[in-house]
Amino acid sequence: MKKEISIKVNGDIYHLAVDPWRTLNEVLRNDLNLTGTKLGCGTGDCGACTVLVDGRTVSSCLTLAVEVDGKEIMTIEGLAPSGEQLHPIQKAFIEKGAIQCGYCTPGMELSAYYLLKNNPRPSEQEIREALSGNLCRCTGYNKIVEAVAAAAEELASK
Amino acid sequence: MPLPKFEYIAPTTLEEACRLLKDNAPSARVMAGGTDLLIKAKHKTIRPGIVIGLKKIPDLDLIKVERNKGLTIGATALLADVAAHRQIKKFYPAIAYAASVTANVQVRNMGTVVGNLCNAAPSADNAPTLIAMDAQVTIMGVEGQRTMPLEDFFKGPGLTALEPGEIVKEIFVPWPPAHSGVSFQHISPRGKVDISAVCVGATVVMEGNICKEARVALGAVAPIPMRAKKTERLLTGKELTDELLEQAGIQAAKEAKPISDMRASAQYRRQMVAVLTKRALAEAAKKA
Repeated sequence: MKKEISIKVNGDIYHLAVDPWRTLNEVLRNDLNLTGTKLGCGTGDCGACTVLVDGRTVSSCLTLAVEVDGKEIMTIEGLAPSGEQLHPIQKAFIEKGAIQCGYCTPGMELSAYYLLKNNPRPSEQEIREALSGNLCRCTGYNKIVEAVAAAAEELASK
Repeated sequence: MPLPKFEYIAPTTLEEACRLLKDNAPSARVMAGGTDLLIKAKHKTIRPGIVIGLKKIPDLDLIKVERNKGLTIGATALLADVAAHRQIKKFYPAIAYAASVTANVQVRNMGTVVGNLCNAAPSADNAPTLIAMDAQVTIMGVEGQRTMPLEDFFKGPGLTALEPGEIVKEIFVPWPPAHSGVSFQHISPRGKVDISAVCVGATVVMEGNICKEARVALGAVAPIPMRAKKTERLLTGKELTDELLEQAGIQAAKEAKPISDMRASAQYRRQMVAVLTKRALAEAAKKA
């Protein structure tokens, strides 16, 4: 039996009827057409599906849509709300060459966002640990770490 | 990888959850964070007809530190919240540390300490420290509540002492005795994110230079997280010299019953039991 849920995604409120076995990832991508959130392993190992639920990063592939009823969700589409001006994290990823194929990027950037929100001045080690749940199969980790460090500096100087 | 179809119910009391679980046995499954259950459902190693979500039950995510009494961790308390809890970090640092190295950031924001125990993987990162600290499990069932030591809770890989209709309500860790120290050590070939190939929890209670009591628990080297009781006896009543710690490591390696799998060979695991046991005891003694 479908369950009715109300969720706020990037500031927009959606009322949906969802099957209980559907994941947040499926609902975001298929029902709301927010395809910036990727699906990688489907088992919570790769981090490509990372989104924020009530301000905390989770794997959307292992989150039931029925369990986020009433919650606030932020996807990569919400990182630069205007759509015209990029978030400093996104800018830094471009400037530092931290994007290769781009598949891990939305998850990486949201994990970086979550880190910088809780720890605005992270050490390199802390950045690496904060991103340890996000895999980059192009293996471009060093550039990503540099980009997060640069974004931290940019955000802190504001 | 889509999930198979199931019904979902989110009761608002633990009693109701137990009743639903019992009435719908064996296809009903309890879910806290879902980070183990939903993977098993995706891989079709389990086929839940009904998933009973526990997150709507108020206060089940309780974390409480009572001075001179103990620590209570509720069934839906997140790994991330246990890892970051100020008083747990202060009075139970090894428990906070074990939670902080379980899985990855996202999983710690979803998964729970109690779920890690109920999943009953031999490698459960939170088990050795909690066993070494004599944690007790409070179990709620349709007939009422019961309590048992955590070390008796594990019955085999994926198997626990839970009867049909029973749910773990919380775990309780007694206040650390005076002059005691605890340590958690773990190793995995892939560093931060992987499941431990070996993990060890150790508590020592000191009286001057003498070890009054020791508890050593080994993870990922037997069908269940196990206590190394001969190792404990070897240490009791003695001064913890480097030589004795070395011997304790060798003894723990003898007690372990490791297997070879994709993470490590049995031989490597046995050697690492010796290394990590020695390290855990040395750190615990230093903290005592």
